[in-house]
Amino acid sequence: MAQFAFFPHTSADVEAMLQKIGVQKLEDLYSDVPAEFLKKGAYALPDALSEQEIRDYFTALEQMNAHLKVFVGQGAYDHYTPSVIPYLTQRSEFLTAYTPYQCEISQGTLRYIFEYQSMICALTGLDIANASLYDGPTAAAEAMKMAIACTRKKTRVLLSRTLLPQVVKVVETYARFHGVEIGFIKAQEGETSLEDLQAQLAQDNVAGAIVPSVNRYGIVESHAGFADALHDAKALLIEYCDPSALAVVKTPGEWDADIAIGDGQPLGLPLCYGGPYVGFMAVKKDCMRKMPGRIVGQTVDKDGKRVFVLTLQAREQHIKREKATSNICSNESLMALWVTIYLSLMGPQGLREVNRISCDGAHYLYNELLATGKFEEVFPGKPFLKEFVLKSKVAGLPQKLQKAGFFAALETEEGYVSFCVTEKRTKEEIDLLVKTVKEG
Amino acid sequence: MKYYDKLIFELSKEGRCGYSLPANRFPQASELPAGLCRKAPLPLPEVSEPDVVRHYNNLSQMNFGVDTGFYPLGSCTMKYNPKINEEMAALPGFAALHPLMPKELTQGANKVYEEMEKCLGAITGMARFTLDPCAGAHGELTGLMIMRQYHLSRGDMGRTKVIVPDSAHGTNPASAAVCGLEVVEVKSLENGRVDVEALKPLLDSSVAGMMMTNPNTLGLFETQIKEISALVHGVGGLMYYDGANMNPLMGVVRPGDMGFDIMHLNLHKTFSTPHGGGGPGSGPVGVQAYLADCLPAIKVSGFHGNFGVILRAYAYILSLGKQNLRKVGEYSVLSANYIKECLKDVYKLPIEGVCKHEFVFDGLIDDGAHDDVPGATTLDVAKRLLDYGFHAPTIYFPLLFHQALMIEPTETESKETIDAFIEVMRKIAAEAAQDPMILHDAPHNTPISRPDETTAARNPILKYQDTL
Repeated sequence: MAQFAFFPHTSADVEAMLQKIGVQKLEDLYSDVPAEFLKKGAYALPDALSEQEIRDYFTALEQMNAHLKVFVGQGAYDHYTPSVIPYLTQRSEFLTAYTPYQCEISQGTLRYIFEYQSMICALTGLDIANASLYDGPTAAAEAMKMAIACTRKKTRVLLSRTLLPQVVKVVETYARFHGVEIGFIKAQEGETSLEDLQAQLAQDNVAGAIVPSVNRYGIVESHAGFADALHDAKALLIEYCDPSALAVVKTPGEWDADIAIGDGQPLGLPLCYGGPYVGFMAVKKDCMRKMPGRIVGQTVDKDGKRVFVLTLQAREQHIKREKATSNICSNESLMALWVTIYLSLMGPQGLREVNRISCDGAHYLYNELLATGKFEEVFPGKPFLKEFVLKSKVAGLPQKLQKAGFFAALETEEGYVSFCVTEKRTKEEIDLLVKTVKEG
Repeated sequence: MKYYDKLIFELSKEGRCGYSLPANRFPQASELPAGLCRKAPLPLPEVSEPDVVRHYNNLSQMNFGVDTGFYPLGSCTMKYNPKINEEMAALPGFAALHPLMPKELTQGANKVYEEMEKCLGAITGMARFTLDPCAGAHGELTGLMIMRQYHLSRGDMGRTKVIVPDSAHGTNPASAAVCGLEVVEVKSLENGRVDVEALKPLLDSSVAGMMMTNPNTLGLFETQIKEISALVHGVGGLMYYDGANMNPLMGVVRPGDMGFDIMHLNLHKTFSTPHGGGGPGSGPVGVQAYLADCLPAIKVSGFHGNFGVILRAYAYILSLGKQNLRKVGEYSVLSANYIKECLKDVYKLPIEGVCKHEFVFDGLIDDGAHDDVPGATTLDVAKRLLDYGFHAPTIYFPLLFHQALMIEPTETESKETIDAFIEVMRKIAAEAAQDPMILHDAPHNTPISRPDETTAARNPILKYQDTL
């Protein structure tokens, strides 16, 4: 058989190595495996493809996906990715490195994680961030577990009905097996109800509540009174955030939240059919030792140079095994680098401008859609940024918009249609979408 | 590698920017109510685009990756990451695909999932897969949820324990705890395998299942796997396979044929996707047909898992094809055994015999200890390797040996590279025997020397703002 590109072994190499080991042939290396477990016959796999064939195959698959202008968010936002990010993150020293356990040859990774942690703290207004979690929903599940670990003998965590459905589903799954009872806080006029939260806190078993900063209807929620109500009940306030929006909306720190979580995807990560994204978490100082995941800290080396290391590892699975704060090991390090580079490029001003353009574009679309007379407001007067819901009177609206080249008007559980406008959407695209609605 | 001391924040100057956004052509929307607005300052850096590019380029040059050199990191399977896969994952029809698009609009992505499930099934002998988990430990947790779901769905409520060997990866007991299971440890024998006699008394109707990796973390095949499976199944428990060590079995042995009911794979190990400095990974979970009904009730990630990683791994499988699969397993085992044989006269090999893709030494035979000078430790050997341009092996794991040094070469390293590594390992052993101080002080040639980790943990400085 011809040599294969990823294997450097020549037959002479194999011969020499077998000889050193003292066996005749490669099969002898499996002499410890009971014969009945050695696979007989061929594997039901395709034939090997050349690189050109791989390229042709995936290019054909890529063409089978619809290429539409995205007017939907619901947890995955079509913000612009500056070219610098894929250029730098493809550097093999970042891309092909392992977890930075050998800090002397991993200062690149350790430094960007330290920068990432600093930026997540800056956005959320909280004290300490970890090196990343898988995605927003799993970050919420980790926060749920953390609330239980931080509060003694409490068994119940509350979720707002205004959280994204995928966040609720993942938290419920984790809770079911972790032995945590989940309760729901009602929505009132599209926002988490303080009154219902207070009523539920009458039971003294609540460890915390997860509420969205900007919710699944796109509404910027007011959490006035939430922290007091929860802290009086010795429970934690956990805010689920869109980190891009945190440049302009009141921060978890300002709401006196204990934990902030969310998905870093809106910070320059491609939609990529849902992943890889990056979960983030920031907490108040007193929660530090209950925090899941890796944390990078600053110290000095033997020569007094400033260096960075993985620290507080006594929380983690490779040290504490079943007593660890979480089972997480691999996280989303490279995606944290995407976020770090994105936030470096944007800076405070760029992030505010992204919010400004998206918000103005979304309000323009909102008003233009209402003006067609084919929609009704659901939550009139409620503040929103880039995302909103309406009631549609147009039958088959999403399909009509798809035909015109738009992924828009995603139906929610309640039968509303959800729209989202980022800075990538032009006025021409919006006008064309509205025209399609008018004609439809 | 050269030391570079800046943080991006230290390049910041008010008024600089690194972005370019389109002009805002929309009428200005009304402002948010003041009570909902951020008032706190936003301390992000203000830097230009060239600043950013140079900064991260400089950072990258303090990093070692698989593309830099040999990475013999046990249980991590640091193999070559094919470049075509990166390019394919970045195609706009994949990269710009919204995860909530209806299935009829995502037929290319659907096909990736369908075909990937078939390929993984063929390679492992499992009937169904979920591709949702985002990493190995996430896969373990998902697999254990499936295990519990199965028992609970049958009204079998009392199964609260999971058996884990003392040599298991740390994620195994940690995942069990997150899943609400009590961990019961089973001891290993002198020969490194699970002690079947010690297992027997642990088994009763409170056991949900047993987690194993085979070959185990010593790189040894669990020869009594058939008996172990039968015993666990005999009390109604399920067998879980930790796929972290799947590489040597590629094309030779299938976990599904060895009595395992549930397993995960690490696509970022066995299936060549880049580690990215600690992720993104992907940890698909496979189950036998009778467990397929348990999958839909378990939702462990926001959308469809790490699609970009899954796609890269699928491209890798297509590159291998049925023609090259077996060589992955065979060459990884060949290289590991070759290194072991070439070094066992200078490093302690606690357990003789053929290994699989990795093996463990228990430190140096002659550590050079004399008078007041302490001998060279495994940590010292690891740090000295960095001086010679190699990544260190996994150290102090598994916990069965005090000076564990776990070496895994993978199938993508040439004999020349492996011989160079062997030569350096022998040189280090000779240095230790002569003057262990050289090793205690190592590394000498890296951008930084050994860090003060105690201070890092005692007085944590965890963000730039803390340094001001």
